[in-house]
Amino acid sequence: MKLIFEKGAPDQHLSLLPACDVPEVSFKEERALPLRLPHVSENELTRHYKQLSDRVHGMNDGFYPLGSCTMKYNPKIDEELAALPGFTQIHPLQSAETAQGCLEVLHTMEKNLCEITGLDAFTLQPAAGAHGEFTGLLLIKAYHVHHKDFARTKIIVPDSAHGTNPASARMAGFDVVNIPSGPDGCVDLEALKAAVGPDTAGLMLTNPNTVGIFDKNILKITEIIHKAGGLCYYDGANLNAVLGVVRPGDMGFDACHLNLHKSFATPHGGGGPGAGPVGCKAELAQFLPGPQVEEKGGKYKFVTPKYSIGRVRGFAGNFDVVVKALCYLLTLGKEELPHVAENAVLNANYMMARLKTSYTMAYDTFCMHEFVMSLEGLHKETGIAAMDIAKGLLDHGIHPPTMYFPLIVHEALMIEPCETESKEIMDEVCDVFLQLFEEAKTNPQALHDAPLHTPVRRLDEVAAARHAIVRYNFD
Amino acid sequence: MGTYVPNSERVQQEMLDVIGVKNVRDLYCNVPKKMFVKELNLPSEKSELEVRAAVIEIAEKNRVFKTCLRGAGAYRHFIPAVVKSITSREELVTAYTPYQAEISQGILQSIFEYQTEMCELTGMDVSNASVYDGATAAAESITMCRDRKRTKAYVSATANPQVIETMQTYCFGSGVELTVIPAKNGKTDEKALKAALGEDAACFYLQQPNYFGLMEDAAAIGEIVHAAGAKYVMGVNPIACALMKTPAECGADVAVGEGQPLGLDVAFGGPYLGFMTATHDMMRHLPGRIVGETHDVDGKVGYVLTLTAREQHIRREKATSNICSNEQLCAFTAGLYMAAMGASGMRQAATLSMSKAHYLAKALQKAGLSLAYKGEFFHEFVTACDEKTAKSIEKALEKVGILGGLSVDGGILWCATEVVTKAELDKTAEIVKEVLSK
Repeated sequence: MKLIFEKGAPDQHLSLLPACDVPEVSFKEERALPLRLPHVSENELTRHYKQLSDRVHGMNDGFYPLGSCTMKYNPKIDEELAALPGFTQIHPLQSAETAQGCLEVLHTMEKNLCEITGLDAFTLQPAAGAHGEFTGLLLIKAYHVHHKDFARTKIIVPDSAHGTNPASARMAGFDVVNIPSGPDGCVDLEALKAAVGPDTAGLMLTNPNTVGIFDKNILKITEIIHKAGGLCYYDGANLNAVLGVVRPGDMGFDACHLNLHKSFATPHGGGGPGAGPVGCKAELAQFLPGPQVEEKGGKYKFVTPKYSIGRVRGFAGNFDVVVKALCYLLTLGKEELPHVAENAVLNANYMMARLKTSYTMAYDTFCMHEFVMSLEGLHKETGIAAMDIAKGLLDHGIHPPTMYFPLIVHEALMIEPCETESKEIMDEVCDVFLQLFEEAKTNPQALHDAPLHTPVRRLDEVAAARHAIVRYNFD
Repeated sequence: MGTYVPNSERVQQEMLDVIGVKNVRDLYCNVPKKMFVKELNLPSEKSELEVRAAVIEIAEKNRVFKTCLRGAGAYRHFIPAVVKSITSREELVTAYTPYQAEISQGILQSIFEYQTEMCELTGMDVSNASVYDGATAAAESITMCRDRKRTKAYVSATANPQVIETMQTYCFGSGVELTVIPAKNGKTDEKALKAALGEDAACFYLQQPNYFGLMEDAAAIGEIVHAAGAKYVMGVNPIACALMKTPAECGADVAVGEGQPLGLDVAFGGPYLGFMTATHDMMRHLPGRIVGETHDVDGKVGYVLTLTAREQHIRREKATSNICSNEQLCAFTAGLYMAAMGASGMRQAATLSMSKAHYLAKALQKAGLSLAYKGEFFHEFVTACDEKTAKSIEKALEKVGILGGLSVDGGILWCATEVVTKAELDKTAEIVKEVLSK
C-alpha cells in the first residue's frame, strides 16, 4: 500500500480555517527548509486511514492472548464518557474552583486504588507502567536518602522479570542485582538471602510472576527484604490475577504501580496511551510526585507532598485514561471486581488443561491468569519453533501469544486469555493450537512458510536494522 | 457472574470440571489463606445507565470556557472532524503494540508516516514513535547526550517550569547535575550560558518559543553550546515550526516537544505525546520505539519495529530508556492531523495564532496593560501587573466565559490561537479596561 506522501497532488487540501480577521503578522526570519506534508483531499485522506486501520488487528478482530499484556475487552461506555466536553475541554491550568469535576475524578481514583492495593497513598501522574516503575523506585531512593542511608544502592530483580524492571532501576540510579529463579519458577529464597545486605535498597517483583505462578513464599520474601533494611516494589503488570482477591499491600509491598490499560480495561491504543499510577505505604507518601489531590469539606485542591521527588510528567498525568478506568470501576463495584480475577484465572487454567494434552507446560502446576508453554521439545523434534506456531496462528485470525518471554523458559509461548473471553472462543482457539501442533509433525514446511494470508508475510528485521530507513525519502 | 464476563455459572462449572477442581478458589492454592480480601470498601456495582448519569454529573462540575486565552504548555487548537472520526476506529483504539508485524502494518506504517512528518516539521533526520509528553521528552534527551566525560546538563530558566521540574526529577534518578541558566529580560542570558558550559557539559536545553512566548536567538545559542562541545537540545512548539526557523537550521542535535497542539484535546493534561527527533548521529541514542522500512519474504515492502537493540526488552539494564508503552494513538492522531492540515493548513494555523496573539497584545496595551518583555513573540506573551490585579482580571473574565491568561511571576501569560475570533479578543480587552479603571 502507498504511503500518504505518494497520494494526492500539491494543490489538494481540506478547507479548514477561515481568513485572518486581524492584521497578519509573520516571523522576522522564517524557515528556509521546505515543509513536505501530505496534500490530499478529504475523501482520499479518510480512505488512506481506513485502509491502514484495516491492516490492524484489534480486540474486535479476534482472540488476543498476549501474555503479560492483559488484552481484555474495552467497554464502550468508558470511551463515551471520557469524550465528554466536560473533561476534554478542560485546560489543565484552570483554577481549582472551575475544575472540581476533574479533581474529583483524580481523588476518587486515588482513594479506590488505595483500597484495591492495600496501600495508603497514590499518584496518578505516571503515564505508563514503566514510568510508574521509575517513579516507585525514586520513592525508594528518596526514602533512603531521607534517612541518610546512602549505602543502599542496589535493587534486586529476579531473572524472570519484565525488561522494564532492570531498565527502570538503572534510570533511577541503582545497580541491578539479578537473582536466578528456582526450579519452580519462583524466587529462590536461598539466593535471595545471599543477595541482601546493607547495600540493598529494595526488591522489584511481580506476583503472580511472569511464569503465571503466585509465589507461595511471598510473605517470607518481603520479610527478608525488610529485615535487610530494603523496601519492596510490586510490578502491577499481573494484577489482573488477583484484582479484588489479594492485595499487594497485604503481601508486604511498600510501593507498586498498576497498569490502568491492563487491569482496568482502558484500551492499549496500539502502544499507548496507558497510565501507570503508583501507590505506596504511608512512610513513602511524603515523597510522592506533586501535585496530588486533597479533599476538605467536599472541595478539592492540588497539593504537593512535603518531600516530593518532584513531578515525573507535565500536569496531572493521562487524565482521560483515568476517567475510563474510573468508569470501569464504577461499573464493577466491590461485588464484581473479584470475579474479574477469578474468571481470568479460570480461563487460563481451562486453556492450559486443554493444551497440555499436546504441548509441554513450562511448569506443571495450576497457573494464575496466564501460563507459559515451552516448545523446546517440539523444536528439537520437528524444527518448528515458538515463532513458527505464532506465525501459523496469524493465518487463523488469532493474535499470537507473547513469544520468547520470560527469558528463563526456552521457546516460550505465554498465553493470557483474560476474563472477557468465552469458553466457545477458547475452545476454537485451543483446537487451532492443537491442529498446529500436529501440523508441526506432519507438514512442518507449511508452518515455516506461514503466514500466507496476511497483508505482508514474514518481514526481514535484520535488513531493517542494518540499513535503517526510518522516514520517507522525498528525493 | 461478573460484568463483561461472558461465561455463565454453568459454563464456568464445566470448565472447572475439565481442570479437575471444585471451586475457582482452589486454583489460588499458593495464596496464604489469611491473605484473601473479605470485602473491599468500594461502591456497589452499577448499571451502564447509572454509571453514565454519575460520571456526567462529575463532568458537569467542571467549567467549560467558551473562550480560552490560556496556554503555558497546553493549547486549544482547531481539530478537523476527520481526526476524531478516524481515531475513534475500534481497531486503532484497542490494538496492542505492533509486535506481530504481519497483522500490524496499519499501525507500523502510520508511525513511519508520523516519523516522516515530524522530521519534516523539525528539519531533523530521524524521529522516534513518541514518548509520554513534552516534559518527559525533554528529560529523556539528557540521557541521550551524557557520556562518561560529559556528565552535566543545563536548561534555560525560560523553559516551561513543569519541564524543568520533570528534568530535575529524572536527574535525581540518573545522578546528572542539572543547572538552570538564568534569564535576562525574558530570554536566556547568553553570557551566563557561555560562562557556565565547561568540558564536562553534556547538553543545553532551550525552549523555542520560550515559556514567555518570546523567540530566543536560537542559532546563536546553538553556536555557544557547540563551541563548548556540548549537545544542543531544542524544545519546540510544533505549530510554530511550520513557520519559524527549524531546530535543524538552528543547529540542534536533538529536537523535542509537546505534541498536544497537533490535534489533541487539552483534556486536563493528558493523554498527550512527547515527540523526539534527532540528527543521524544521535539515532541509536533515541529512547523508545522506531519503525523502519523493510521487505517480506516475497519482496513486498513492509514496516517493523527496528533498532530494538536500544530497548529494555532486549537490553534490560543497559537500555537507552525503560520506556515500553508510549503514546501511539496520540502519535497517530498527530500524524493524521498533519496530513489533514497539510503544509498550507499548518502555516495558516501558525499565522492565525501568531496574528491573533499580536492583536490581543495591542488591544490589552490600549486597555492599559503593558508588555513585560520586548522582543519577537509567537502566540504567547506576558503583560506586567501585580498579583491582585491579575486575580481581578481573571475573575472578571471568568464571569463572561473567558478563561484569561495564566498568572505568572510578575504578570499574566496570555495565549491566542486560530480558534479565537477578533470579537472575543475585543471583548477581553474591554473587560480588562473596566477592571483597570476600577
